[in-house]
Amino acid sequence: MPKRLEMIVNLLGILLLSGEAAFAKATTGEIQSPTEAWNHTWDDVLWDLWIIGGVFTIVAVYLLIRYRARSPGAVGTARPLNLDMALAWALVPAAIFMADDFFLAAKGWSLWNIQRQVPRDAMEVKVTGYQWYFEYDYGNGITDSELVVPVGRPIVLRMTSKDVIHSFGLTEYRLKEDMMPGRVTYLWFYPEKPLETQVVCVEFCGTSHAEMYNKVRAVPKAEYDAWLSKKLERKKKAELRKSQAADDGANVEPAQ
Amino acid sequence: MTTATEFAPAPRRSGIKEWIFTTDHKRIGILYLVGAMAAFVVAGIMGLGIRIEQMSPGESGLINYFVGDFAQTMTTGAAYNAALYFHGAAMILAFLIPALTGFAANYLVPLMIGAPDVAFPRINALSLWLFYAAILVALLTFVIPDKPDIMWTGYPPYSITTSANTAFYVFTVHLIGFASILGAVNFLITIIYMRAPGMGWNKMNMFVWTTFGAFVIQIVFVPVLAAAVTLLLLDKYVGTGFFDPTRGGDVLLYQNLFWFYSHPAVYVIFLPAIGLLFDIIATQAKNYIFNYKAAVYGGILGIVVITGEVWVHHLYIAGMPNWISIGMMVTTLLISVPVGLILISLWGTLYKGAITYNVSMWYAVVCLFLILAGGLTGIPLAITSLTVHLSETSFVHAHFHFIMGLMATFAVFAAVYHWFPKMTGRSADIPIAKIAFWFTVIGSQVTFLPLFLIGIKGMPRRYWDYAMFPEFEPYHLIATFGSALVAVGVTLMIVGWIYAAFRGPKVSTNPWNSKSLEWTHTESPPGPGNFQRPVRVDESWTPYNYN
Repeated sequence: MPKRLEMIVNLLGILLLSGEAAFAKATTGEIQSPTEAWNHTWDDVLWDLWIIGGVFTIVAVYLLIRYRARSPGAVGTARPLNLDMALAWALVPAAIFMADDFFLAAKGWSLWNIQRQVPRDAMEVKVTGYQWYFEYDYGNGITDSELVVPVGRPIVLRMTSKDVIHSFGLTEYRLKEDMMPGRVTYLWFYPEKPLETQVVCVEFCGTSHAEMYNKVRAVPKAEYDAWLSKKLERKKKAELRKSQAADDGANVEPAQ
Repeated sequence: MTTATEFAPAPRRSGIKEWIFTTDHKRIGILYLVGAMAAFVVAGIMGLGIRIEQMSPGESGLINYFVGDFAQTMTTGAAYNAALYFHGAAMILAFLIPALTGFAANYLVPLMIGAPDVAFPRINALSLWLFYAAILVALLTFVIPDKPDIMWTGYPPYSITTSANTAFYVFTVHLIGFASILGAVNFLITIIYMRAPGMGWNKMNMFVWTTFGAFVIQIVFVPVLAAAVTLLLLDKYVGTGFFDPTRGGDVLLYQNLFWFYSHPAVYVIFLPAIGLLFDIIATQAKNYIFNYKAAVYGGILGIVVITGEVWVHHLYIAGMPNWISIGMMVTTLLISVPVGLILISLWGTLYKGAITYNVSMWYAVVCLFLILAGGLTGIPLAITSLTVHLSETSFVHAHFHFIMGLMATFAVFAAVYHWFPKMTGRSADIPIAKIAFWFTVIGSQVTFLPLFLIGIKGMPRRYWDYAMFPEFEPYHLIATFGSALVAVGVTLMIVGWIYAAFRGPKVSTNPWNSKSLEWTHTESPPGPGNFQRPVRVDESWTPYNYN
């Protein structure tokens, strides 16, 4: 069946191309927010679902009313399909469903590429999951229990877990990714305007799973810098105090 | 080919001993139904507890009573997790799978193919009692202090590091798995070798075909699940490190093994449920199955073939590599082809039919729309990138409740009503059944539609508290109200069944004027050996030949 083969190759080609197109877009420097892209794709796919669901619903309601028995003992008047009709009723719907599948897969793949391709100048924060909190490492030894990021810059989170599996659920940004012991995973998001929201743990992790969340604040660049330098200062003071204590005291435990 | 087996119909005896030591597939089927409904009721009560706890943010303190912690020694979170574990594990392993491949397959398959019993009646009895043992082990949850809290998925490392009792989960899975494999061998051989002379593969009832498909899936995939949970047991109690990354293990190994079985398990539930709907709808519409061969060879066998290649859609956010995430997005979406053929066949079976409505048919009609809602909401969950936001939200939870919790469950209810005259000689289609129907159906929609809406907005699954999402409270409140309606409906339904079994109106042996062998060739209820004389079907016979 060279013709059918050709069709399949063509369909696969379309799929590949649209995937590649999004990949190209993601790497040319123009940053596409995965959040907006998710909302957009969701709206498109929802149309697809309403159309399929609508057609089947209308046909079902019609058939259920139109073909109710008119007299007791009535039987159906359909005949078994002949071979041509049977093949047509199998292959045509199969082709339509398959085409829709490839269409949806292409849409999904485009969005996936946006979600998984981290823009080049993304700011990195390391996240570690514990039962039952997240810890953020901003580099330079600055850690905190909430996520504060500057707006206008893509943020990439490198994530792992120290005990069981957790999952980093950034509901407002339409993103999430599991955090596992022994593996490092990532997700990136693009805070375009100031927003105070939250991250919730979305992989079942035990008794306090439902209480594992913290604030995520996207703040203007200046505010972020102020926050960071304050953190840095506080950390320096703490270190200074520690070293003084080490100088003064005789039996100081080494810092962990 | 052998001729029909010789048998001498023995006088029917009934005493408790005859039920316990029975090897009669019909009694085994009914015992499966009793056990499965018992599990359904207990797991349903847990579901009610879950809904009550979620009614508003913060702790209600009531969930502890549901799991038998009357002294309130557990925290709300721990009690909630135990309830959620039992609800999920019992509904899937002890209600849906046994009700469909235990009760329905046992009662109907030998009758539908014109066989006196299954191929290995004693193995069949062994399966049944293994299933009861599994239910007992699962019920111990409410007695032991360290109640399992690992959900029905049992992901490590949590299932290994938790102080709760993972072993009971593993043993429940082992017992049910063992019962399933024995059942699979038994029914595959029964269907292959024990059909009545003249009954070719293309003349089998749709339910027989779907059972065949479901048991092929069981025999291929159950051993993988058994292996996965056994490794869990070794890791927790023997100290091995299969899933421990600090000792060269990998946490994702378990998830891959688990879903390699547990996605196909969805079709072990879906297929027989669809088969029941086909037989009920064709009987009530007095019609041919529309495009039978496309539904069987494209639909049922298509699902059997494709179901083993889609499991990674449960791991889209688990950091799986792109090649397999994208690959399995495509295979998952392609499930719409066999499912689409099945739906067209179901819809087409109504075309030019002469439909009569009774309670059984009402449930079947509701199922048609539930398949649509449950199936279509599966499409975004097949797409890797949309799943990134939707996974682990109540959107997923509502999706699988529509397809399994509602559609497959209602298919079981429809089957009980449809074959009730066969099992008891009496009709269960009495006024209380109709009242129960409306409570159950309306209640189920009131329960799960709000969960779709808040799922899209990001309400996480498996949360006993949602202090961070106070805006979802009204939705949870409505859902809890809906679950109360379902509880009323189900209670009325079961009361109706028990009443009808003893006092229901007596009906003829073939009240629906079906052409299927279990109605045309047996008494109600059929005696030992099923048929008075060996069944033989002729060239023009099919179970759907009405005109």
